[in-house]
Amino acid sequence: MLCGAIASSMSNIRSESVKDVVARGIGRRYRNERFFRALGFGALCIGLGFLAFFFYTLIANSYTALWQTRVLLDIDFDAAVIDPAGGRAPDDLATADYQRLARDALGAMFPDITARNERRELNGLLSAGAGLELRSLVTNNIGLIGTKRPLWLLVDDDVDVVVKGHMSRDLPESQRRLNDRQLRVVLALEQQGRIQQRFNRYFFTNGDSRDPELAGIWSATVGSFFMLLVTLVLSFPIAVASAIYLEEFAPRNRWTDFVEVNINNLAAVPSIVFGLLGLALFINMFGFPRSAPLVGGLVLSLMTLPVIIIASRAALTAVPPSIREAALGLGASKMQVVLHHVLPLAMPGMLTGTIIGMARALGESAPLLMIGMVAFIVDIPKSPLSPSTALPVQVYLWADSPERAFVERTSAAIVVLLVFLLVMNATAILLRKRFERRY
Amino acid sequence: MTSSTLLIVVLALALVAYYMGRQRAISVALAAGGPRLVHSLPGYHGGYVALWCVLPALAVLVLWQIVEPIWLRSSVIASLPENLRTLPAAQLGLVYNDIRNLVAGNISSSEPGAEVMAAVQRYAALRDLSHGLVSAAVLVIGIVGLAWAYRRVRADFRARNRVEQAIEYLLVAASSVAILTTVGIFLSVLLEALRFFGQVSPLDFLFGLSWSPQTAIRADQVGSSGAFGAVPLFTGTLLISGIAMLVAVPVGLMSAIFLAEYANRRLRSWAKPMLEILAGIPTVVYGYFAALTVGPILRDAGSAVGLSVASESALGAGLVMGIMIIPFVSSLSDDVITAVPQALRDGSAGLGATRSETIRLVVFPAALPGIVGAILLAVSRAIGETMIVVMAAGLAANLTANPFAAVTTVTVQIVTLLVGDQEFDSAKTLAAFALGLVLFLVTLALNFVALHVVRRYREQYE
Repeated sequence: MLCGAIASSMSNIRSESVKDVVARGIGRRYRNERFFRALGFGALCIGLGFLAFFFYTLIANSYTALWQTRVLLDIDFDAAVIDPAGGRAPDDLATADYQRLARDALGAMFPDITARNERRELNGLLSAGAGLELRSLVTNNIGLIGTKRPLWLLVDDDVDVVVKGHMSRDLPESQRRLNDRQLRVVLALEQQGRIQQRFNRYFFTNGDSRDPELAGIWSATVGSFFMLLVTLVLSFPIAVASAIYLEEFAPRNRWTDFVEVNINNLAAVPSIVFGLLGLALFINMFGFPRSAPLVGGLVLSLMTLPVIIIASRAALTAVPPSIREAALGLGASKMQVVLHHVLPLAMPGMLTGTIIGMARALGESAPLLMIGMVAFIVDIPKSPLSPSTALPVQVYLWADSPERAFVERTSAAIVVLLVFLLVMNATAILLRKRFERRY
Repeated sequence: MTSSTLLIVVLALALVAYYMGRQRAISVALAAGGPRLVHSLPGYHGGYVALWCVLPALAVLVLWQIVEPIWLRSSVIASLPENLRTLPAAQLGLVYNDIRNLVAGNISSSEPGAEVMAAVQRYAALRDLSHGLVSAAVLVIGIVGLAWAYRRVRADFRARNRVEQAIEYLLVAASSVAILTTVGIFLSVLLEALRFFGQVSPLDFLFGLSWSPQTAIRADQVGSSGAFGAVPLFTGTLLISGIAMLVAVPVGLMSAIFLAEYANRRLRSWAKPMLEILAGIPTVVYGYFAALTVGPILRDAGSAVGLSVASESALGAGLVMGIMIIPFVSSLSDDVITAVPQALRDGSAGLGATRSETIRLVVFPAALPGIVGAILLAVSRAIGETMIVVMAAGLAANLTANPFAAVTTVTVQIVTLLVGDQEFDSAKTLAAFALGLVLFLVTLALNFVALHVVRRYREQYE
């Protein structure tokens, strides 16, 4: 009887407890479920939120670089200043003091400013680019000499920053780049409607400069272009050949395993180590010139090689064996099968991988620092051997510059870089969509 | 002829060779009574002739490129008068550089003497002679190769097999570039690092607690003891990477789980590429962002709650680096989570588990090795990341675990030691290579283990 009681109570406990435990726990378990799910959603939101924040600050910082402040001055192309000799010799015209024309025109508007240091402050409001612009006007059109005309000329970056409102005018004088007198001049010019924001052409056509108002990204863009050209020419054929060998010809043995492990490892080696290789091998041992896109391209092609090889191998594996068997059955040799049938079918995938690798190479800057591509380059590079810098390195250089006006230019350079990357990646995606085959 | 024109001439010759071989094969075929009686297609015969024309000539050209400077140097120096020839090696190198600059029409470092001018003339004469000789040699070899291969074009000649064999050698050569790169990296870094260890003991380097690589130029200089203890760099690297992983692993893993297990197709189809945009942003952009946006925000937030946060704090660099790494963790984890067989999930659901219980108790343990591999790969990326830390982390080597202080990393020091002009054999410069060696070996080990784990795991369910 005792046993029966125990048995029945046990079965009671058991049948009760399973139900109870489940019922008691269900609320908590569903709460946990919702919590877990919210956690996942939150994590996704953090990632995407950062992306949004990132693009927001970037665009908010960068769009003002599209405009550059200019001042309207009535320039008197005085023959006595430009060409005192009167011979109109090109050498005289090229070396004349054009900045003085701009200075005189500005000084004429403020005749009450006479003290020497105040005049110097006034002249400081003009950019050195104003004189350069006047020179190119005169050398292109000699007839200008002796005439008088209103022109929109470049102002100094400190004025630009104030006019754009990046630096508050209410700061105490000691914290401002412009002093009170200079600020009054700017205000007076603004009230006369002589200050305007014009399209900033120099940003797209110039090389680097110490003056933010004259600094541009063109030389860095050309440098990047040469570098990518070298990278493409070197890495694409080698990577495709290597992928073909590994995928189609190589026997499965320890050596090919070793090559494979090697390639996968290389894809994950930090980029700066490739820079060390470039410095030790190409520059110190082979004596290649520093700062040359050729060396940069060599280093970047070693870096993108594994990326393209991995993508190309994937493209080759995606070609179904039936294609190979059919070609073999018709009497093609192994090489003919690969070159005539498999390779053309795998080519879109290989190109996609190549473009993605190129995009990565375009954004890379750490190895370029090692091989001296951080130089201050004003000239537009003419060949892969002339000293140059690259877009991401230009971003790095400008980010280090103390002038406030470089902030918007750095952001704008980043936007340009991102646009290039976007175009390349979009091309890759389009290519994949367009030529994707389902077997 | 310069070597580039010579190269173009050889390639043009190859084109001619191709057409000659092809034409001859066609005429042979016609003479033999139809193309079916010839073993290889005309194109293969043309290729065979072109290969024989190009390859030996190119080999000579490349060999000459290597040998010429050595030969020029030794014979020009041998012709120098006794007083110049017996100079120490470094000064002799300067004199020789002057000679080369004068030949190239550049400005030399000093006013050239009569004997230097004589050497310049000799150099120019020798160079012209060697250019002439090699041009002739290359052309002759090219034409001889062409003629020899041209005569071999016959109906029963197996040109296709030969050409295919040559192509296959080319493919093998291409695939060994990857090996050569690894070997090149290892050797170049190792050799320079060994020179460094000749000056500084490896034990001091690996276990020393103080890092200040400024070596004295003058003996009486202050504060230039040149201490090369890399421990502060290692701890700094670990601190920043640790912060980065604290951000990247939870966020990346949870978003991968959400995308793989909860999100519907539509959300997944746009959220996943969006997240991967983060991986495509250049690191210099992250660096700029960390230095100009995140750094000041953290500093202001710190001063608002009474903490002193350096504007180049480890926290700022680590946070931004973590965000950069999120997509690596998430997309790799996504792959391994979706690779877990559906049967495991169904079984768990059948036993009454909720979705999150299935994920935590069934899917996650099954995917764990792959996830560990993904995290190891991410760690290796964090350790080797350069631009973010160069722009947003400090330069002073502080031995601290305080995330609000400024620390420096291995990569930052490599960059600061090597950017700009520097003499190439000072301990300061060579130290960068020693750091590079450590970086290479550590990331190599991490990658090796991670790839091995991921690979084995992938095979498990296939």
